[in-house]
Amino acid sequence: MNYTSLFGYLLGEVVLTAAAFVILIADVMCHRKDDVGARNQRMAWWTLTGLFLAAVVYAIQFAQGNANFADGTLVINPLNLFFKEVILVITAITVFFSMEEPVSKHVGEYYAMILFAAIGMAFLVTSENLLMIFVSIELLSLSLYALVGFQKQILRSAEGAMKYFAFGAVSAAFLLFGLSYIYGATNSLSLPAIAETFKGDPLMARSPVLLIGILFTLVGFGFKIAVVPFHLWAPDAYEGAAAPVAGFVASGSKVASFVALTKFLLLGVAPAAGAATISFPFTPHFTPGWAPVIALMAFISMVWGNLAAITQTNLKRLLAYSSVAHAGYILVALFGAKAWGQTAIYFYIIVYALTNLGAFGVVTALANKVGGDDIRCFAGVWRRAPGLTVLMMIFMLSLAGIPPLAGFFGKFYLFAAGLAADQMQLGYLWLVITAILMSAVSFYYYLQVLRVFYVNPASRGGPISICPCQRWPMTVIALIIFLIGWYPTALLDWIQGFLQRV
Amino acid sequence: MLTLTIWISFLGAAAIALMPAQNKHAIRWTALGTASLALLVAIVHYFKYDIPKAGFQFGFDAPWIPQIGAGFHFGVDGFSLPLVLLTGIIAVTGILYSWNIEDRVKEFFTLFLVLIGGVYGVFQALDIFLIFLFYEIAIIPKYFIIAIWGSTRKEYGAMKLVLYSLVGSSMVFIGMLAMFFVSGAKTFDIVQLRQMSEAGVFPAYFQLWAFPLIFVGFGILGGLVPFHTWAPTGHVAAPTAASMLLAGVVMKLGTYGALRVGIYLMPDGLAAWKWPVALLAVIGIVYGALIAFVQKDFKFVIGYSSVSHMGFVLLGLVTLNVIGLSGAILQMFSHGILSGLLFAVVGRLVYDRTHTRQLADLGGLYKAIPFAAVVFFIAGFASAGLPGFSGFVAELQILIGSWKAFPAFAVVAGFGIVMTFVYILRAMHAAFIGDSEQDAEKWKKLPPITWPEKVASILLIGCSLVVGIYPGIMTDLIDSAAVPFIQNLFIQSGH
Repeated sequence: MNYTSLFGYLLGEVVLTAAAFVILIADVMCHRKDDVGARNQRMAWWTLTGLFLAAVVYAIQFAQGNANFADGTLVINPLNLFFKEVILVITAITVFFSMEEPVSKHVGEYYAMILFAAIGMAFLVTSENLLMIFVSIELLSLSLYALVGFQKQILRSAEGAMKYFAFGAVSAAFLLFGLSYIYGATNSLSLPAIAETFKGDPLMARSPVLLIGILFTLVGFGFKIAVVPFHLWAPDAYEGAAAPVAGFVASGSKVASFVALTKFLLLGVAPAAGAATISFPFTPHFTPGWAPVIALMAFISMVWGNLAAITQTNLKRLLAYSSVAHAGYILVALFGAKAWGQTAIYFYIIVYALTNLGAFGVVTALANKVGGDDIRCFAGVWRRAPGLTVLMMIFMLSLAGIPPLAGFFGKFYLFAAGLAADQMQLGYLWLVITAILMSAVSFYYYLQVLRVFYVNPASRGGPISICPCQRWPMTVIALIIFLIGWYPTALLDWIQGFLQRV
Repeated sequence: MLTLTIWISFLGAAAIALMPAQNKHAIRWTALGTASLALLVAIVHYFKYDIPKAGFQFGFDAPWIPQIGAGFHFGVDGFSLPLVLLTGIIAVTGILYSWNIEDRVKEFFTLFLVLIGGVYGVFQALDIFLIFLFYEIAIIPKYFIIAIWGSTRKEYGAMKLVLYSLVGSSMVFIGMLAMFFVSGAKTFDIVQLRQMSEAGVFPAYFQLWAFPLIFVGFGILGGLVPFHTWAPTGHVAAPTAASMLLAGVVMKLGTYGALRVGIYLMPDGLAAWKWPVALLAVIGIVYGALIAFVQKDFKFVIGYSSVSHMGFVLLGLVTLNVIGLSGAILQMFSHGILSGLLFAVVGRLVYDRTHTRQLADLGGLYKAIPFAAVVFFIAGFASAGLPGFSGFVAELQILIGSWKAFPAFAVVAGFGIVMTFVYILRAMHAAFIGDSEQDAEKWKKLPPITWPEKVASILLIGCSLVVGIYPGIMTDLIDSAAVPFIQNLFIQSGH
């Protein structure tokens, strides 16, 4: 073990940690007497500087080639670095969104927490070791609990954080328990090593201990990606959290968790997949493994997430249920052929995270100025903030999967990947049909939101001015979504290229 | 470069989106200029199309998303070129009829041109993925156009229309994914898939379940009974230009998609399902006509007449003989022109002046706005099948075609034509005829017909008349695609 090279591999995370401490100290020492708004802006710029430096470090690491430290505890390859960059971008956008108005008067702690969460995410995407994955999830979750409860003066915020924490604590216990069983069955913690054990032992894929371990692990992951039935925290946490934080939870944390879940299932325990197919004409075929569990979770998430979203009156809650549904869509691709499924998931999770971030950005920019984040508050925004309405239209239609926006191709590719698993028999067609019909249901509530924004008569009040720190990131996101929608090959080629260099 | 029509429309939309909103006149002229330019391109290509050579012409093929084998593949044949032309005509006249819109002008014309661009795209794309993409691009603007500028339960009508279309497109989505994997070729290219289909790559049992998915999925937008209920409510709720577009071209997206993706690629599926489909088509014809007869709202009469006339298209499509198929395409063109005209009369010439569409409140309009009465008279009878107009040729062809395939249905469909005369006469009588003092007094202050309205109406009547008097200008073109298609079908099935 060479500690100098370890420091080299971890330099990005080290920079982020240093930035977090600098912010904590600077806020207390130097800016104590400034007013909150000014402090907020200054701390935001400090955070952005830290993020930028980390991004530069990762960019340099791109050139340096792959590395694997301590049996998969730390894996440096282009794919992981790419996702680290994505996470930095998401974090930076969150910081931009928070810049205009401080979430609370504890400004330094707020940005430090965001950075700690970012570090957790960075470790989560870079590690292929179960223990490390667990620790990163905990680091990420603990920071997010605190961030959700940050608006101390608001009761909803505390309620959301409490629910989030209670669910998180229980699911962490499940996760750890599951991991211990997997370790017991395979004698190993690193995902490639676990995959090796299947080769030597044909009965391993049917080992009850392993399957129970996987099942419990999926409970833990299910909580992080908010699929039914582990989604109950999501609406309350999203509603209670400040809008930028909710966007951060819905995008950054989702990206990292999905990357880790995909690696766990497709890299680690792929042979234990089992099957849950229905072939023509209606012959169900069922083998124990993670596939039936994932199929079931995907099915209920898509159905329940979309149906529950219809009845929501609060925009943040609606987005929470829509994110439950989207988690369901993404799971569909896990059955796909390995390369295709991975590409589809990585593609979609990036597109989804950006779109969702944009949608929460719109909420951030408007909520205080239109008097709340209930959907009806946004009536007639088109007259007061026409530019923002167009952006919202792009985000909502992309979430709904309308071409030529990126969300459409993303969904298409996910479902195609789901079918590719058993393609001659179209065994997962039942799940794909559910997914497609449920996305047709989802059009209804996305259009309802747009109707309020775009069709309903204008509420009273003059034009709303949007801080450039919110307008520009949102515009860039919308542009990216539009361009990827027309030319998805660009992003696909990247991801496929990275996957080949793993 | 027929594909220019698509990009011109989108560029026009972008240009309007960037113009200042106060400058309404410049916006209208830009929209008209854009649509006219696209129409001009379409007309030029109509004359350039080499009929003896037939097949797909003016092609453009570029790789796009190699990962799923989707390409930017465009081209037109005798099935699609008439519809491209129709789109251009309806776009130009629709803009002329929308000249009086004052509220959110910029957004209206932006959405209008995006919709037109999407429709052009569907008719020219030769890649299922691309067809699907343009199809959905065409759906979304409709929601906003109806919900913002419409009337009579506009938000309900708009939402219903969009949800029906999207459920339909979901079915298409499932069907097209299934085709993608079952063909095993990892391509969405229609030309290639057609060759594979001829080679028998889609087994009969597969076509048996995949064909209805695609056909019904597209058919929903084509007014297939019993999924037609969006059409009358949507048409009535929509502003004039939008109902023209809806009835004129958007419903044709459905029937065209059903032909190009459903029938074209899975003829065995059609052969298996032709009786149920023909039955639904005939029910549509008669049911639409009967319901139109009892409507109290003028626009609902036309709305249901669309369902009835689209029934003819569907009936023609499933006859599986040249004359029926060719009649179906011609009926798409003819109904596009005539229903556009009818909606223009009811929505723009009458409703925007009288502010009522209830037949009971109208009456005696002939004296006040004779132009509208004459236009309605011509359009109504032309759509019912008055010789000399396009409707006659199209419906005659469909009747002959269906007589060969399903004689009993042909008789019932013929009865539908008689019904058309009846409900058109009834509406005509209620709205325009009558010369009581009361009516004359009531309509004395109606504003006169403006020049854009006159130009547009005469243009549409002219199109219908030209095709009616000399059908060869359309049928030669259509037959160049229909004849080889049907011949191939019979070689394949060994007749």
